[in-house]
Amino acid sequence: MSAAALLLSLVAQTLRISVPYGLAALGGVFSERSGIVNIALEGILLCGAFCAVVGTHYTGSPYVGMLCAAGGGMLVAALHALITVTARGDHIVSGLAINIMAFGLTRGGLRVLFQSASNSPRIAAPEGFLGGRLPGIAAPLGAVLFDPLFLGALGLLLLSLLFLYRTGLGLALRTAGELPAAAHAAGFSVTCLRWLGVVASGLLAGLGGAWLAFEQHSFSDAMSGGRGYIALAAMIVGKWHPLGAGAACLLFGAAETAQIRLQGSGVPTQLMQMLPFALTILVLVLWVGRSPAPAAVGQSYDPEGGS
Amino acid sequence: MKAAQRPAGSGMPTVGGAGRGGLAVTALRAVPIALAILTGLGLGLVIVLLMGVSPGEVGDRLARGILLSPYGWGQVLYKTTFLIFTGLAVALAFAAGLFNIGAEGQVVIGSLCCALVGIACAPLPGPLLLPLAILAAFAGGALWGLLPGWLRARFGTHEVITTIMLNFIAMAAANFLITRALALPETVRTTEVGAGAWLFRFEALLPGMHGSAANASLLLAVGAALLAHFFLYHTPLGLTLRAVGQGPRQSWILGIRPGRRIVLAFLLAGGLAGLAGTNFVLGYKHYYEDGYTGGIGFLGIAVALIARNRPLAVLPAALLFGFLSQAGFVVNSLLPREVIDVLTGAILLVFVAADRLQRGWSLRLRMRRLAAAAGEEGA
Repeated sequence: MSAAALLLSLVAQTLRISVPYGLAALGGVFSERSGIVNIALEGILLCGAFCAVVGTHYTGSPYVGMLCAAGGGMLVAALHALITVTARGDHIVSGLAINIMAFGLTRGGLRVLFQSASNSPRIAAPEGFLGGRLPGIAAPLGAVLFDPLFLGALGLLLLSLLFLYRTGLGLALRTAGELPAAAHAAGFSVTCLRWLGVVASGLLAGLGGAWLAFEQHSFSDAMSGGRGYIALAAMIVGKWHPLGAGAACLLFGAAETAQIRLQGSGVPTQLMQMLPFALTILVLVLWVGRSPAPAAVGQSYDPEGGS
Repeated sequence: MKAAQRPAGSGMPTVGGAGRGGLAVTALRAVPIALAILTGLGLGLVIVLLMGVSPGEVGDRLARGILLSPYGWGQVLYKTTFLIFTGLAVALAFAAGLFNIGAEGQVVIGSLCCALVGIACAPLPGPLLLPLAILAAFAGGALWGLLPGWLRARFGTHEVITTIMLNFIAMAAANFLITRALALPETVRTTEVGAGAWLFRFEALLPGMHGSAANASLLLAVGAALLAHFFLYHTPLGLTLRAVGQGPRQSWILGIRPGRRIVLAFLLAGGLAGLAGTNFVLGYKHYYEDGYTGGIGFLGIAVALIARNRPLAVLPAALLFGFLSQAGFVVNSLLPREVIDVLTGAILLVFVAADRLQRGWSLRLRMRRLAAAAGEEGA
């Protein structure tokens, strides 16, 4: 393989690996900018992957699978919103409880629907536009760039930027996470804004789960593998900004690509598996303090003045 | 708004609060847990009906498998032991305002250290070997807890993400050590620890419990809960720890350095989680087996939450979840045992929501009472 071809295939692989991180981190941006910490991203990724597989398996259409993933993700996120926004419960506890449920639901679902404790049957992934080929560009890169879900993810990133920074509602959503009293005074319902932020995060992370499932052409138990948590770290490193979070996800994607490529090179696999997690800690340590969180994130808001 | 400016994740009461405000408030405090358990039962019933299983049959399994069976209770106690340790690990950290999501990894490293010392020092006599192995479990967990504590104190890195990452790292590291160096051929377990370090099994005393894994580690766990309670509520150091949990900035004014308390809290929390290893390594299998922990660290969060982070309340809360996980095991052939995960999650969600509402009501009740008392004095 020539150097250029190798580089292209590395870029393609990095992009592929970064997509679920990116979608989940973008979801994290929506949720945390509105003021709600969303540890449930992990469970949403998992449920999204499961729903994508179920939808695709029973209809044969990956697009129905994507819709199911988005819907399932939003449903799980709605539960998080119900507990944290409406009932004003603790965000981290709610997220962890949802993750425990998500692991149980998907594993139980595997057994009930597919009579397996570990794997679903194989499903079809969406076909790339133009057959995934671009004249003059190597096949692996073309396959990513013309993947419908990849294009959709890029579109969502652009839409998010427009929404958060170019619309009044986006400004209000960010205000709900910085100074909810101001959003309230401006006539917005902080509750609605936060529901919007959390449910949007469910849509995005659910699609991230769908990507995971399509990459693997199946669902396997606990396949989210900590990506939701790493995405949260990427969001912090990216300063709660969609582009920053996206860039951080590319970094994590590149690290994971390196890990996969180095497998079999003599370095023990388990040590390579630690890499993304150790990198996350390292990056967080280096970034903390330079990356201020939304001021009111994690706090419940009660317009009557209580806590 | 200022009232809301509490340290990250302090959604739960930590200092004081209990027993003040009379019977009505005390009764109110019991509402969330009652509601949570009722929801768990209700949802369980709905799932049973949805799956087309007869509720009577499930009840029959539960009765014969646990309620009427000393063996079943033994298994419940065995599972409870883990959860007491991990519940304490979460509760103690939370007293200092810290979320310890890393109990899982701390259990792994503690267990591994416990087994390694138990194997390496096997020739030592029991009275020496046993305390040494227990100490190793504590030290291993404490070491793994020290890292996020130090990172939090030194760099301000939020412990939620670092502890989650360290869980993954601990599991990969243990897997590496086991497969590369420590495992017996064709297995993922170590050799046995010296017989001197084996903990007493309850089945030796109660023949009905024959075959159950319940062992003296339970006594260690109960002792740890008592000690944790004494430490937090009856020693000056414990008080300063709780002061940091209430507000790191305010604690500076009292002359307490929050950083040191944060490291200490994580050290103790990790150690407590590490002690859970004794239940498996010294009490049950007598070796370390890769991947045996299977979520007991995460369940510890549930236990600590339901116990409102009070060490003594961790005991009944651990029993509740110990019972639940054994229940999942008993009904496994009728229902997927993952039903229990779903119920656990539901119980937590209902509790966390209801507890929040309950605190609002309790506060209002207390204020009204205070106002009434002030009015009487004025009259």
